[in-house]
Amino acid sequence: MSLTREQMAQRVAQELQDGFYVNLGIGIPTLVANYVPKNMDVMLQSENGLLGMGEFPTEETIDADMINAGKQTVTTVKGASIFSSAESFAMIRGGHVDLTVLGAFEVDVNGNIASWMIPNKLIKGMGGAMDLVAGAENIIVTMTHASKNGESKLLTACSLPLTGKGCIKKVLTDLAWLEIEDGAFVLKERAPGVSVEEIIEKTQGKLIVPDHVPEMVFA
Amino acid sequence: MAGFDKVVASYEEAMVGLEDDMTVLAGGFGLCGIPENLIAEIKRKGTKGLTIVSNNCGVDGFGLGILLEDKQVRKMVSSYVGENALFEKQLLDGELEVELTPQGTLAEKMRAGGAGIPAFYTATGVGTPVAEGKETKEFNGREYLLEEAIVGDFAIVKGWKADRYGNVVYRHTAQNFNPLAATAGKITVVEVEEIVEIGELDPAHIHTPGIYVDRVVLGTFEKRIEKRTVKTAE
Repeated sequence: MSLTREQMAQRVAQELQDGFYVNLGIGIPTLVANYVPKNMDVMLQSENGLLGMGEFPTEETIDADMINAGKQTVTTVKGASIFSSAESFAMIRGGHVDLTVLGAFEVDVNGNIASWMIPNKLIKGMGGAMDLVAGAENIIVTMTHASKNGESKLLTACSLPLTGKGCIKKVLTDLAWLEIEDGAFVLKERAPGVSVEEIIEKTQGKLIVPDHVPEMVFA
Repeated sequence: MAGFDKVVASYEEAMVGLEDDMTVLAGGFGLCGIPENLIAEIKRKGTKGLTIVSNNCGVDGFGLGILLEDKQVRKMVSSYVGENALFEKQLLDGELEVELTPQGTLAEKMRAGGAGIPAFYTATGVGTPVAEGKETKEFNGREYLLEEAIVGDFAIVKGWKADRYGNVVYRHTAQNFNPLAATAGKITVVEVEEIVEIGELDPAHIHTPGIYVDRVVLGTFEKRIEKRTVKTAE
C-alpha cells in the first residue's frame, strides 16, 4: 500500500531532532507539525517572519496581524520571535534552519528540483521556495512517486523549469524513502507492502537498489 | 523641534508628489500589514503607469488589487501573484507586466536599496529561469547570482504605532516587508493605527527609526483576513 498523506508526514517527522528549527512548506509538509514526538522541542519557522509558529487560533483569539507564510491565521508558541522578511530570509539563506520540508513536481538524479512553474499554465510565482532550496543544507522533498497518469516524478533530468539546482538529497514519496548520491537515487526504505519492483518500475532516473530494502516502521 | 515632525493631516497630503510612471514599494504579506488606506488614496488620485514592488498584489477588490480596476499598474515586481481574477486577465491580455522575484531576494533587494548597496550575490535562483540574463560568479566553489537593489520613488508602509518623529513599531507578523520598504523609498509614507507622544516608544524597541520616514498619517483599518483558519474543538 502506498503511504497516505498522514503517513508521509509521520515518516518525515521521524527525521526531526530535539532543538531543530524547521521550515514546513504548504501541503503534506504542514502535516508534519502534527507528528512532532512528545518530549521533543521543535521550533517552526514561517518565512513571512515568524520563528515559533503555534497552532491555529480560536474564534476569540484570531488576529489579522498574526499569519503564517500560507497566509493562514496562526498563534505563537512561548519563546517565539517575530521579525522582518529580510531577517527571515537571512536565517534561511545563511543556513540556520536545520530542516526544510517542501513539495515538488519533479526531482532528478542530480538533486535538481522543479516545484513552481508549469509552462503555458498560469504562473503564480515561486514565493520563498527558491530561497529555501538554495539556503537549506537539510531538505526533504515530499511528493507522490508518479503522476496520476503513472509518469515518474523521479527523473534523469527535470523537464520543468527548476526551483533549484543540485540542492536535494532526500526524497520521501508515497512509495519510498530515497537519497540522492553521485547521480542516482538510492532506495533506502519502502512503504509497507510496496514491492521493490513497483518502485523500480515507477522510477525513471537511475536507481540503486541495495540487497536489503527495509520497510518503513510506524509507531 | 518641528523639523522632525513627520505627521501629516490627511491621506491626500501623505501622497503629494506621486506622479504617473513612478515606482512604489509597498509593505505587506498577502493582506497582512498592507498599507490599505494609502493604496486607496493612490486609486483616488488615479495615478497611472505605476511599477509596484510588493510581495503580492492583494485580492480582487482589496489591497493592491484595487489599483488594477482602473489599470493604474504597468508592472508588478512580486514573488507570488494571481490570487485575483483581474490580475490574471490583465496579465494574459498583455496589459500588465510581471517580474517574478524569489521572496528572499525581493526582501534583500529592498534592504540593499535602503542601505546603499547597489547589488548583491545570492545562491537563490541559480540554474532557474530567474538567472536568465544575470551575471554569475563563483565564491568558495559555489555559483551565485548578481541581483540588483531596488529603490522606490515612494514607499508605502503600514505601521502599528509611530511617534511624531516617525519612529515606527509594527504589530506581530504585520511587520513582514514593511521595515524594508520603509528604508528604500525616496519618499517614505507610513500609515499607523496610533500616533503616540515622543518618548513613549522604547528607543530599543523601534523597528523603523524616524530617519527613514518622511510622512506619518493616522488611519483606521479594515485588516481583512485572507485565510481564516481556527482550531477545531477537540
